[in-house]
Amino acid sequence: MKVTVCIGSSCHIKGSRQVVEQLQNLIAENNVSDKVTLGSTFCLENCQQGVCVTVDDVFHSVSPETVGEFFANEILAKI
Amino acid sequence: MRKFDTKIQHLNYKVVREVARLAWEDKLLENLMSIPEKIVPGKEATMRCCVYKERAIIGERIKLAVGGNKDNPNVIEVIEIACDECPVGGFEVTNACRGCLAHHCEDACSFGAITFDNQHVAHIDKSKCKECGTCAKVCPYAAIVSRKRPCQNACKVKAISMNEEKAATIDNSKCIQCGACVYQCPFGAILDKSYILDVIDILKNSRTHTAEKGNKVYAIVAPSISSQFSYAKLGQVITGLKKLGFHDVIEAALGADMVAMAEAKELSEKGVLTSSCCPAFVQYIKSTFPNLVEHISHNMSPMAVLAKYIKETTPDAKVVFIGPCTAKKAEAQLESVKPYVDSVLTFEELQALFDSRDFDLPSFEEGVLDNASYFGRIFARSGGLTDATTQAMREQNIDFEIKPVVCDGIEACRLALIKLSKGMLDGNFIEGMACVGGCINGAGCLTHGEKNKAEVDKYGREALEKTITDAVSVLK
Repeated sequence: MKVTVCIGSSCHIKGSRQVVEQLQNLIAENNVSDKVTLGSTFCLENCQQGVCVTVDDVFHSVSPETVGEFFANEILAKI
Repeated sequence: MRKFDTKIQHLNYKVVREVARLAWEDKLLENLMSIPEKIVPGKEATMRCCVYKERAIIGERIKLAVGGNKDNPNVIEVIEIACDECPVGGFEVTNACRGCLAHHCEDACSFGAITFDNQHVAHIDKSKCKECGTCAKVCPYAAIVSRKRPCQNACKVKAISMNEEKAATIDNSKCIQCGACVYQCPFGAILDKSYILDVIDILKNSRTHTAEKGNKVYAIVAPSISSQFSYAKLGQVITGLKKLGFHDVIEAALGADMVAMAEAKELSEKGVLTSSCCPAFVQYIKSTFPNLVEHISHNMSPMAVLAKYIKETTPDAKVVFIGPCTAKKAEAQLESVKPYVDSVLTFEELQALFDSRDFDLPSFEEGVLDNASYFGRIFARSGGLTDATTQAMREQNIDFEIKPVVCDGIEACRLALIKLSKGMLDGNFIEGMACVGGCINGAGCLTHGEKNKAEVDKYGREALEKTITDAVSVLK
């Protein structure tokens, strides 16, 4: 599974660093680093809905507050 | 109001703008010859002896605007017919000499080159004069002047001489492509090649312009951009770039953050290091101090490391660097950098590109630009790289005492490099920038000035990320 977080300026201001950090921690805590590849890219062209994250090219709008929920529903549940 | 420091810059801007305008419309080839008359209309000459010469020179500027002489590897070229064959007499005594009794000039000259005629007026013996200028400094009447050509004065690597026609000529083996002569020639006879046609081509094939099939084109902008487009807000410049067709705009300063982290490590491992961010400085070491090459940091420049990151994470990416620097144009052609950076524009050319689309930047909404830390951003001015490397040592808990030697301008770099080669350098890290003041005074800047440093520092403080570690933590 490939998870890509937008680190373009707009998403960065909305907290992509916190999203990346939390995802890193969650992946480690749940021992799924062999199944999930975390990456970053500049601009997923949905700046209004940032922080933009794609899971295998499916778009999700995430914020530092909703990362836990997003990880459980969209990543852990679908591995 | 658009602002150019010199009328030469404004003239070149007009040429590049017209070339770009036609290129966007795919009408360049059939209308190329109409540009000189458009820029020099009417019958009255305003710059040269007649409008025909003015137009001929515009024709030469057009050649450079569309990429210049492909057989000349140097990105800096002389427009021979624009060179006014300035006098080259060296130091001369003018008629301001009063024939005083003090003879400070004679006392100051270590080479015995000053003599006096029976009117007590000073003369310089050219066979003895070493062009040091000491006599000129001590004359209370400022009667001794340097007749050195402005281009030769500007060229601290001494790559400029004159040919049989008395036109300036550049020794490519010495030239570091810093662009000092481009900015200093009062006749605009030396110019950097423009790759704006390549950029327009890339943008035309971008995803923004050709929907799904196109490339994602990224603009990497140098932090000195913060002091450049004074008539609009930085956010409006970012919106303008996106309207041109750039997929996203990213701060080169993020690459600087990456470099600072790596540079701190490398310095602690090697013990002695010179920076590698400024391509003109690196080229200067290679051409003039080949035995010091081992000390050059192995890191690529911020532009190149960030471009590499983009290309490695985004398969269909194209990267254009936009900055104040002519030497970056040469750097982008190096085999090691070529795969990552597709083209380079100066701020001057970006202004032309905006205006070729008739963009009214102040009416645009404000986009955002925030990728890097304070430390990455202040790379743009002299001393910033050192501050960032020192900070990166701290953040990575590297136990090493950095003793920086901050050099801006080739003369300062030269001094430090000579000391290093003789083992007499009181320091272990040379920050080398070819331009005095750092990148904020690059030849491709729209404005040059002391206040630009304050602008860059202010822009640095506005960065969301306060540490380098935080700024680079998003990179995978």
